[in-house]
Amino acid sequence: MTAISTPALSHLRALEAEAIHVIREVAAERERPALLFSGGKDSIVLVRLAQKAFAPGKVPFPLLHIDTGHNFPEVIAFRDKLVQESDLTLLVGSVQKSIDDGRVREETGPRASRNRLQTVTLLDAIAEHRLDACFGGARRDEERSRAKERVLSLRDDFGQWDPRRQRPELWDLYNARVRPGEHLRAFPISNWTELDVWQYIAQEELELPSIYMAHEREVFERDGMLYATSDFITLMDGEEPFTASVRYRTVGDMSCTGAVRSTAGTLPDVVAEIAATNITERGETRADDRATEAAMEDRKREGYF
Amino acid sequence: MDLLRLATAGSVDDGKSTLIGRLLYDSKAVLADQLAHVEERSVDGLDLALLTDGLRAEREQGITIDVAYRSFATPRRRFILADCPGHAQYTRNMVTGASTADLALLLVDARQGLTEQSRRHAAIAALLEVEHVIVAVNKMDLVGYAEDVFDGIVRDVIELGAAIGLHKTDFIPISALKGDNVVERSAQMPWYDGPPLLERLETVPVEPPAVHGARLPVQLVLRGEGGTRWAAGRLAAGSLKAGDEVVVLPSGTRTRVAEVRDADGLAEVVDAPLSVSVRLEDEVDLARGELIAAADDAPSPTRELTATVCWLGDRPARPGDRFQLKHGTRSVPAKLDSVDGRIDFESLEWPGAEELRLNDIAHVKIRLGGEIAADAYARCHATGAFILVDESSLDTVAAGMVS
Ligand SMILES: Nc1nc2c(ncn2[C@@H]2O[C@H](COP(=O)(O)OP(=O)(O)O)[C@@H](O)[C@H]2O)c(=O)[nH]1
Ligand SMILES: [Mg+2]
Repeated sequence: MTAISTPALSHLRALEAEAIHVIREVAAERERPALLFSGGKDSIVLVRLAQKAFAPGKVPFPLLHIDTGHNFPEVIAFRDKLVQESDLTLLVGSVQKSIDDGRVREETGPRASRNRLQTVTLLDAIAEHRLDACFGGARRDEERSRAKERVLSLRDDFGQWDPRRQRPELWDLYNARVRPGEHLRAFPISNWTELDVWQYIAQEELELPSIYMAHEREVFERDGMLYATSDFITLMDGEEPFTASVRYRTVGDMSCTGAVRSTAGTLPDVVAEIAATNITERGETRADDRATEAAMEDRKREGYF
Repeated sequence: MDLLRLATAGSVDDGKSTLIGRLLYDSKAVLADQLAHVEERSVDGLDLALLTDGLRAEREQGITIDVAYRSFATPRRRFILADCPGHAQYTRNMVTGASTADLALLLVDARQGLTEQSRRHAAIAALLEVEHVIVAVNKMDLVGYAEDVFDGIVRDVIELGAAIGLHKTDFIPISALKGDNVVERSAQMPWYDGPPLLERLETVPVEPPAVHGARLPVQLVLRGEGGTRWAAGRLAAGSLKAGDEVVVLPSGTRTRVAEVRDADGLAEVVDAPLSVSVRLEDEVDLARGELIAAADDAPSPTRELTATVCWLGDRPARPGDRFQLKHGTRSVPAKLDSVDGRIDFESLEWPGAEELRLNDIAHVKIRLGGEIAADAYARCHATGAFILVDESSLDTVAAGMVS
């Protein structure tokens, strides 16, 4: 037992070890987990972590995509390629189907978004596939209410989160028990920041949907943000489309995800831009979070991602 | 860049939220839109506490409800901060935050000195053996930046520390509100010749887990090519490489390591605290819940534990009550056998007690329905810690440390 001095562990290695531990723990203790896959960078990182967690074996659970029908085509193409090449299983919950079945009502007007409707589709998919745990790529740095959420977050029969009744998480001893009807949301990259995610993507040389890199796109300006013109969004008076070089920092519904002006066409350029930015990704690009002060907290209580 | 995990604790209104807000703000971890939000809501001046008080109920009541986790980075180090509020459930919150912390930052209000809660926080940091403790004496601006006020508090903490076994404590006089000695050295306190708080946080050494024989709690058994079996888990201590002699506990089967993998694939050697998988020679039977340990330095399996527990559940517990105990990756039925003493934070003695209530810290004996291979917490935190889960509510009701 001699003292050996090991070099300090890099923060990415430490975060990776923690995330893999969480993924394995939930997979071991829960019977039917799934990984919520949006096609965005956080869920792409989650997939890589899951692959590492189970290598040399296979990822033992499916991906679940809640498809709003208002997707960036590049993201769907990326999703299908990833699933095929990596021997993964994909489940899809369709918001369009929830609308057609009368489970939810489509919002109307130029600011209509299917963002909130996703919650019903998600909970229906959880019930249909009898899932008892869902991995999500949420990070604590994204939004203030997330800073309070546990790595393993218990949801009741209605998918609701109760911030006042959370299990304390001690050491790395996670309590993954659930009662019938309840399920867990597990957030293995809770402690990562946006920059960590980008650095990890660079380190692992992960492929991303092309919209994360600068490209020419027809956009218009609304509330100080740039949105892509598409069939899913109606222009209001005075909104003039124009072409600009942009990239996306997050991937969501086309109707409420804003682009940022950028000429960063490669991963290193994007990482450099993110490191120098002074606005949060949600503040810069997500109309859904700007609506009310407690927007995210409200949606989380209702069972949102 | 390495990673430091810190937990902050203080009584209500000691200025913890303001201090964290300032660390985030001055280290530029606060971005323009978050700041705009705080500016909008601040009544007078910039109320940095608003950066961390995240939930609607907190904003409405102006209090902090639960442990909040923040990440920030300076050019020198990446930090994960657990903010443990000082309200009703202070002990529970502090224990939770301290369990993962390399460093505890305790706030003391210069005007009040050591309160009952400061004593609790210091005692918890000592019990959980948090590696480093920094006592920040806050609101120095309200005591005229007076050296003797600071010195008095330092003396009190040192006296307390001697009684509870708190070592490696640093002291820094600060004003979270004005920014004195937080990121920049204060011009107001020339008598203080130490570094400002952030510099201290950036430079305390992060110790790897205590060096001794390997400990790998098995999370899962994975199947590789040709039907090979890999024990996957997070290495809690030590290192493993091909040829190492190991024992699988509690069964006691001895064998050798054949191959090891880290997150990137096959490796020469793997070290704590990485998530790894190992293949053993002899195709020994393996399952979740077992512990792979260095053969020449392995803990003995036992069905009886003497431990210190922090009670986190709302319902009181009495001897005879049954729980599920989770140690590493192993869960076994457990029965509370006796409560041998409960700490009195005033006298720092451990008088006998009938039951355990929320926020109590006590010495107990526990009997187990199956064997576990535990170390003393003092020797190895990861294999000396456990939690108790209530079988009906499924809540985590206690944090335990093996004596
Ligand atoms: N004068 C002065 N006031 C402070 C200082 N730090 C915090 N405060 C004030 O003390 C009050 C409580 O601070 P807060 O950060 O919410 O305390 P917490 O309950 O520990 O989070 C607020 O009004 C702060 O503005 C300080 O260093 N000097
Ligand atoms: Mg506060």
